Amino acid sequence: MMDKLIFGRYIPGNSLIHRLDPRTKLMSAILFIIVIFFANNIITYLALALFVGLAVALSKISVRFFINGIKPLIWLILFTVILQILFTSGETIFFRFGPIILSQEGLINGGFIFMRFVLIIFMSTLLTLTTMPLSLSDAIEYLLRPLAVIKVPVHEIALMLSIALRFVPTLMDETEKIMNAQRARGIDFGEGNIYEQMKSVVPLLIPLFVSSFNRAEELATAMEARGYKGGEGRTKYRQLSWQTKDTLAMVSFGVLTALLLLLRT
Amino acid sequence: MNEIITLKNISYKYTDEETQYALDNISFSIEKGEWIAIIGPNGSGKSTLAKTINGLVEPESGEVKVGKFDLNENNIWSIREMVGMVFQNPDNQFVGSTVQDDVAFGLENLGIPRDKMVERVRDALEKVNMLEFAEREPARLSGGQKQRVAIAGIVALQPEIMILDEATSMLDPKGREEVLRTVKEVKERENLSVISITHDIDEAAAANRIIVMRAGKLVKEGTPEEIFSYGDQLIEMGLDLPFPEKLKSSMKELGIRVPSEYLTEEGMVEWLWTYGSKK
Repeated sequence: MMDKLIFGRYIPGNSLIHRLDPRTKLMSAILFIIVIFFANNIITYLALALFVGLAVALSKISVRFFINGIKPLIWLILFTVILQILFTSGETIFFRFGPIILSQEGLINGGFIFMRFVLIIFMSTLLTLTTMPLSLSDAIEYLLRPLAVIKVPVHEIALMLSIALRFVPTLMDETEKIMNAQRARGIDFGEGNIYEQMKSVVPLLIPLFVSSFNRAEELATAMEARGYKGGEGRTKYRQLSWQTKDTLAMVSFGVLTALLLLLRT
Repeated sequence: MNEIITLKNISYKYTDEETQYALDNISFSIEKGEWIAIIGPNGSGKSTLAKTINGLVEPESGEVKVGKFDLNENNIWSIREMVGMVFQNPDNQFVGSTVQDDVAFGLENLGIPRDKMVERVRDALEKVNMLEFAEREPARLSGGQKQRVAIAGIVALQPEIMILDEATSMLDPKGREEVLRTVKEVKERENLSVISITHDIDEAAAANRIIVMRAGKLVKEGTPEEIFSYGDQLIEMGLDLPFPEKLKSSMKELGIRVPSEYLTEEGMVEWLWTYGSKK
């Protein structure tokens, strides 16, 4: 189950995309979701697909990983696309049965929505495949920094994020251990009907929560012993460095946006 | 006398309602460069005692003096700078996402400029022989390596005192040995004073002086030779026998016939799972 969710799985590499500043990649991925709504005809969608295709090619990561990223969401996508196809009316109608209408416009719209989903997933998968979760949390901290003015606890949010990321493998190990311990006591995980399966999660979750709270308390003590007293007056060890290629990446993103605005109808 | 830590009449209770003191009128002092081991059964107040030294626990009465400071709210952070602490669970004190980030954590807290920080992180990792692991995530380290990183995190702060709060108790024998060796090396090179709270006989033997605690009281004090001469009583004092031996003696108490020869952990498992079928 966890292995299927490709989100948050970094694939080490040294491609141009890997070496881009995480801020560049994060900003691009977010802006892409906005920009994609400018596209409303075949040529604009083609331009977007070309852009994403180029980025994927530059990452030197097999397309298989991106397609795997779509799989968990395939039912949501199909559902949306089918709704779009069946309930859009238009000028050229092929078929009509009660409220169900099959029109040319519906088919085209369905295709566009499908494209939109796929491109957004490809783009965000590209972000998570080529960026270490830790760098991503650095980028988030940097981009949130202006919000500190309106008293958003940016430092705390960033620290929480990086500690959460750091403990993911630890807690996964722990889950494994507890599952084995409970199996030895006769609990079947992933068997029986839904009700039984849900019931079998309880003896997993409770020990996991208890131990997480203990961990949290010990971690807090250790942090205090090491002189942690909040974000004030702290310096940072990790640094991000913006390079020419990042500026170039953002410029090419700007060109894409301009192109979309020109070509849309 | 060159005392670096002095505790005077320390008493502490977890809650006001409790009648039993977790620490009961404890006084002792530690000289610069000295290595003290504190032993005692679980719940005897060893960890609590260690935590009073850097103000993680505030005693009900008594005085704590570290270096030139009398511990109070104003100088607590200066004292924490002087006292580094390694805790029991290697995972629950690893704050950074990679080895170098974790070593840098304490330096970041002090507001050390970045270029100095890079230098000190490198230096500290070199001293614990972990430099080649600088980029590793904690999930890819052994328990002993994580504890060495924790020691590096302390060394980077250039403290005067290092407290090991059962720092080797969750490690396998190899990790234990590796951490103990690191502590010895670092202690010599940095001229640190060490307080180690432990159940491990090797760790206790490395100390200059052993303090034995029981039910919040300091009951014995002496050199390792003096303390070890108590023989069988050592177990009551909280020093550890190897686990199979302990299991054997508690089974014996229940009237189960156990093999008399020494068993390794593996041998114990072998004997245990065939025990039922032999009957």
